[in-house]
Amino acid sequence: MKEEARNFETDLAVIGSGIAGFAASIFALNRKINCAQVGNTGAVAYTTGYLDLLGSSEELQTPIDNPWEGLEQLKKAQPNHPLSRIPAADIRKSFEQFTAFLGECGIAYTAPQDANITALTPAGTLKKTLCVPATMAEGAKAFADKIPCVIIDFKGLKGFSARQVVANLKAKWPELTAARISFPDMDKGEIYPEVMARALEVPATRTRLAELLKEAAGEVKVIGVPALLGMHNPDLVRTDLERLTNLQIFEIPTMPPSVPGIRLREMFEQVFPQKGLTLIPQQKVTSLTFNVDGAFLKLSDNYGPITIHSKAVILATGRFLSGGLDANITGITENLLNLPVTQPLSRTDWYHDEYTDHRGHAIHKAGIEIDSSFRPLCNGGKDGKAYNERLFAAGIILAHQDWIRGRSGAGIAIATAYKAVEAAEKFLNFHKVKSNVE
Amino acid sequence: MMPTIIDKPAETGEPTLRTDVLIIGGGVTGAGIMRDLALRGIHSLLIDKRDLCAGASGGNHGLLHSGARYVSNDLHSAIECRLENEILKRLAPQCIEETGGLFIAVEGDDPGFAEKFPEFCSAAGIHCEEISPAEARRLEPHLSEKLFKAYSVPDATVDPFRLALENVAHARLLTNSIYRPHTEIISFEITDGRICAAICRDNRTKCIIRIEAKQYINAGGAWAMNIAGKAGCTDVNLLYSKGTLLISHDRMTSRVINRLRPPADGDILVPGGTVSVLGTTSVQTDNLETVRPTVEEIDRNVLEGAAMIPALATARYIRAFSRVRPLLQSSESEDGREATRGFSLLDHTSQGLSNFCTITGGKLTTFRLMAEKTSDLVARRLGNSESCTTDRVPLPNGDACRWTEPGAAPRYWYKANNSEDMILCECEMVPQSAIDEIVKCAPGAEEEMTLEAIALRSRAGKGPCQGSFCGIRIASYLYDRGYYHDKTGLIHMRDFFNERFKGMRTVIWGQQAAQMELAEALHCGLLGLDSLDDE
Repeated sequence: MKEEARNFETDLAVIGSGIAGFAASIFALNRKINCAQVGNTGAVAYTTGYLDLLGSSEELQTPIDNPWEGLEQLKKAQPNHPLSRIPAADIRKSFEQFTAFLGECGIAYTAPQDANITALTPAGTLKKTLCVPATMAEGAKAFADKIPCVIIDFKGLKGFSARQVVANLKAKWPELTAARISFPDMDKGEIYPEVMARALEVPATRTRLAELLKEAAGEVKVIGVPALLGMHNPDLVRTDLERLTNLQIFEIPTMPPSVPGIRLREMFEQVFPQKGLTLIPQQKVTSLTFNVDGAFLKLSDNYGPITIHSKAVILATGRFLSGGLDANITGITENLLNLPVTQPLSRTDWYHDEYTDHRGHAIHKAGIEIDSSFRPLCNGGKDGKAYNERLFAAGIILAHQDWIRGRSGAGIAIATAYKAVEAAEKFLNFHKVKSNVE
Repeated sequence: MMPTIIDKPAETGEPTLRTDVLIIGGGVTGAGIMRDLALRGIHSLLIDKRDLCAGASGGNHGLLHSGARYVSNDLHSAIECRLENEILKRLAPQCIEETGGLFIAVEGDDPGFAEKFPEFCSAAGIHCEEISPAEARRLEPHLSEKLFKAYSVPDATVDPFRLALENVAHARLLTNSIYRPHTEIISFEITDGRICAAICRDNRTKCIIRIEAKQYINAGGAWAMNIAGKAGCTDVNLLYSKGTLLISHDRMTSRVINRLRPPADGDILVPGGTVSVLGTTSVQTDNLETVRPTVEEIDRNVLEGAAMIPALATARYIRAFSRVRPLLQSSESEDGREATRGFSLLDHTSQGLSNFCTITGGKLTTFRLMAEKTSDLVARRLGNSESCTTDRVPLPNGDACRWTEPGAAPRYWYKANNSEDMILCECEMVPQSAIDEIVKCAPGAEEEMTLEAIALRSRAGKGPCQGSFCGIRIASYLYDRGYYHDKTGLIHMRDFFNERFKGMRTVIWGQQAAQMELAEALHCGLLGLDSLDDE
């Protein structure tokens, strides 16, 4: 294959392919900003599909029923928290735009409400979240109303046990039972959610599965299954199965990498180019430099080196798992620009002694500092000077949050992406006006 | 042989267990005594307040010493090691990998010491052969370029978990001897210079159990002084030395690598299956219960280890652990490194007791000899004239004990070629059938086994993910099979992750930090194991 250097010109480059990166691209599209998205696929495949805003207080580990009230509390307790810096109205708008976009592209989501949803997990525990895929919404309702229900699992699908879900929910949900069936044509050996999901895109497989589901449900009218009802058209697959079985069906997330995450990734990869966005996923940006005209991103794929020249950049490279931050034996660094990272004094302070300590671990609050326009600061933010006027940051790379313990990963990703794009647009417009005047 | 009977007297409440010999402490020594006695036809009951190898037996390099380590400062221990090394290689090959070992001196080490080394070895009868630095680096490409002297010795590696499990399994087979985990000694009932019962607590059910035996053996390792104290004995004097070790993600060398200098920090690297174990530091401590590695100890081991093997400076580590070595207090020296690595058997007659003894000190390599000496005393006291045969009878190969060996699970799985038998621990390829076998028949198996207890009897959770994923899968499987049936299973899961974390906390950097972030997102973010109590 002949290698060929390629150059792209764009107004906004988004680095990172996690929820924050995808959200930034969506908001850029909504604002009609010419945009390119690049960078390693982040942890999207690890998401359950649930979009948390604020499910728990970070330091007390108490579940939060009303995330909007929770945000008010957060503002008082942790004014530095990225979500404390964003008006609630903007956070709500960011979730509305994000879920609406997903819905238009074929993966329906519930819109953000005033209260959190109590959603089910594959271990039979409960989780507070703001928006869920339409395929999972009925599960939360069935639990809330304690409707008689059968959880169905599949022979050969490990890590998802209906008996486990039932064992842990039984006390709260007495009319919950478990059943196991064999997936059509996959009755031998280990089977994988992704393969099953793709098989269910075929109508004939659905017809056969429907028979098995009906039999397993018996007299009960509502069933829960692991999240594998289709890859590209989950709502269609679910509706069709409901029609064939005359049952109400909902999905429960599985262990990652899970189908709902892959659904999102594949949908973005398909839809973004159609909407005119330049998407180069799965590739790591090797350098980012700035001059007076703009930013230069270098990366390469199978076809050769790529240079992107952009007027503004959003850094949404995530944390350790996605490679935005590096945890070294001597300290934490930012990978692409070596931005200063706010962090504990020594490695000794990264973690408490006990893993599940209620207070959460200090390492997670490390990250980069930003100004009110979501521009990363140099010098650890001490003098409040931005690294570069063209650079903005979003997502969990930001300091002063613990997205894991706060159950706030998607919330931080989506809301900060919204603000970063808003600020980038302001910058781009200002310069457009300036260059027009000149 | 006397069968164990469980009585439940209606009024007094506590059940009574009866045996010939009660052995307190499930380290390799206790397990070795159990088998040694069984080979003489004696029934015993082995108890441990936690589980097999929970102390120093399970927290060491896994090094089967050739003895060369001690030639310069403890000739007696060196000779004992040499002899035991030869016996174990012959009789328990399933627990041993004959890796061979190297002693190497690098720039900065004392050339005088290096020169005298063969002479020391020869005095202990240990085979030691000088090889050229070039040859040493050909054999072990990771060795430092600054290496100036190298000797090869017959070091090997040993799996202490397998060793303990096989000893217990064999004793069970021979005399129906019983192993009881999480059973802690509370007090002794003593009448007329004899212990007539041991009062114990089951740490899981919190029930009190009374154990009546003819002879009582304290094989409590670092806890031996405390246990002897409960019987009023003041003649056990131990120094506690905390050692910290690290496990690398990859196997760095094929042989055991020792630094050619008097024992110091970070100077032994021992391969174990697909990983290597680096250590150790030595710090005196008074604390027996909550020893944990510190960042300073880790960094010190890495720094020192890198002098022998530079790649250790940038290696990925998956785990670190600390244990307390029980060292016999000698009058001349108070230093942990200088204290003797020999063992001591106390018959406690000077304390006015005629059916109690304590065995402590020593090391993994000499566990069989320690068991032999103890069993000799106890058999004599019981009027049993059978002699020890553990230096002649090969250690059998128990099916339920085989899962601790690195590579055993994948080998079995490929051979069995049963696609229905799904892999639960993907790092170490532990299949469902292994979990079934352990839950049903491994020594110490119980109806509702904790994930920790299963991990101790297999390689589950020992790979790069340290149980983050397989802990969830195995729990899910146990629910599925009906072993777990309520929220307790989630608590077992949480406790298992908390336990594994203790070993990870100080080595979370590089890829481990990414791994850990994902694990916590799963365990806490998704499953909510950090807030189980609030529901």
